[in-house]
Amino acid sequence: MSDSETSPPMPPAGGHARLLPPDAGRDRPLFAVAAILVFLACLAALGARGAWTSSDRWMNDLAGSLTVQVRPVDGRNADEDASEAARLIAALPDIESAEARSRAESEALLEPWFGAGGLPADLPVPLLVDVELSNPDILPVEDIEAVLAEAGIDATVDDHGRWSDAVARASHLARMLALGLLTLILGAAAAVIAFAARASLAARRDVADALHIVGATDAYIAGLFERRFFGLGLKAGATGAGFAALIAILVAVGGGNADAMYFLPELVFAPVEIASLLAAPLVAGAIAALSARLAVSEELRKRW
Amino acid sequence: MTETGVNPFPQSESEVIVRFDAVGMRYGRGPEILKDVSFELPRGSFTFLTGPSGAGKTSLLRLIYMAHKASRGVVQHFGHDTAALRRKDLPDLRRRIGVVFQEFRMLDHLSVFENVALPLRVAGQKRSAYAEDVAELVSWVGLEHHMESRPATLSGGEQQRVAIARAVVNQPELLIADEPTGNVDPDMARRLLRLFVELNRLGTTVLIATHDLTLVRALDAPVMSLADGRLTFRERAA
Repeated sequence: MSDSETSPPMPPAGGHARLLPPDAGRDRPLFAVAAILVFLACLAALGARGAWTSSDRWMNDLAGSLTVQVRPVDGRNADEDASEAARLIAALPDIESAEARSRAESEALLEPWFGAGGLPADLPVPLLVDVELSNPDILPVEDIEAVLAEAGIDATVDDHGRWSDAVARASHLARMLALGLLTLILGAAAAVIAFAARASLAARRDVADALHIVGATDAYIAGLFERRFFGLGLKAGATGAGFAALIAILVAVGGGNADAMYFLPELVFAPVEIASLLAAPLVAGAIAALSARLAVSEELRKRW
Repeated sequence: MTETGVNPFPQSESEVIVRFDAVGMRYGRGPEILKDVSFELPRGSFTFLTGPSGAGKTSLLRLIYMAHKASRGVVQHFGHDTAALRRKDLPDLRRRIGVVFQEFRMLDHLSVFENVALPLRVAGQKRSAYAEDVAELVSWVGLEHHMESRPATLSGGEQQRVAIARAVVNQPELLIADEPTGNVDPDMARRLLRLFVELNRLGTTVLIATHDLTLVRALDAPVMSLADGRLTFRERAA
């Protein structure tokens, strides 16, 4: 188009500039909120995972064992009865091991209720035999009762069914609570991002209008906001997950502090948990991007 | 000069770029801004749109560049009834229309070069494919030394030329300019008008909205006049 015979004008070097102008610090509060939500979500996820692992462990422990109570009988030595019971039980099929607990160990179990030395020496205290099963699916309760009755030992067998049901219900509740909390936090994060994306679009209406006029599609404009909020979600996710990892490490290192454990979810720091924390920024970015895209697309559809 | 209430642009063998038939327009539930507006813009025509402030010129232009829907009547762009178009079809039609706004509507965080290249970038073209053409166009409007300047650092006339370059960079079939000389001195106004005439000579249909009668009288072009939302026609300005 130029009629100049001199050298043609040179385009400036460099690549594309961003079509959305820099946020100039406007996104900082959103970044903080998103990072806090990701931090809480990570803690909830770790807590959920901890509840899952713990309940599995409890259920496995309960399912793979039996407890035999050997009651003292006049004229017989209770300790000897317990040892004999353990020996007889260990000889049965499907039994991994059987170990008799002494009277001192039984008293120790009762100590929280009666205090140290609170039991008279002549009080008949049932003695316990811990039985580990080689196959948790087979409960040889009748075999044990039969062999002990034959030996004249007064004993009852507890297959933990009463406890395992309660533990199953409690662990299921704990899992559901943790997952519910995680879902709520992620939902809150998505809602906050959607709100921020709408505000961002309103603040950049001039850009959106200019792009529309030159023929940009809704998807193109929404994509600009999607990429911006993906980046924000990614950074906020990394920050939040980093702090959550720090907390998990501190809890794992100081896990012996029983008082703290009453107030903190059981945090486990294993490969699955590490992978979850590493994935958190990507998940946060994806949620932010999707929320922004949906919100901006909905706003754009209101225009013509 | 003849003034009538009928469309002086008869349907000819040439393709009609824009056709309005008994069009009314209102914002929300407000009063009707445009009333029974009917006209056609044939391909290759050069037309002025005049009228006092508040007459509805900008609203009419918004209908033409598809920033708003008509409340009633028929609006056709390039033979398509826009009311029947799906939303996803609009960007393709908008790319066939270049718009020069009175307030320029530049993206201030982008350079002159990037602003001019915006329609091509939005259309998905690679920078390497258009960089030289855009640079040549920027040079054509006399801003070769401001290629990397931000629009806010330019004078009104310079910004107007950036806006014109952006509007024509993808060789639109229809060029709309809203008060293009409103922010420039008379000498610059004449130069801009020559620019529009040159674009029209190259085949672009041009519609200029202005209340600058000096500009209108400078050309032997049809004039559409808006008053109180109604359109009247004069076949020639002088």
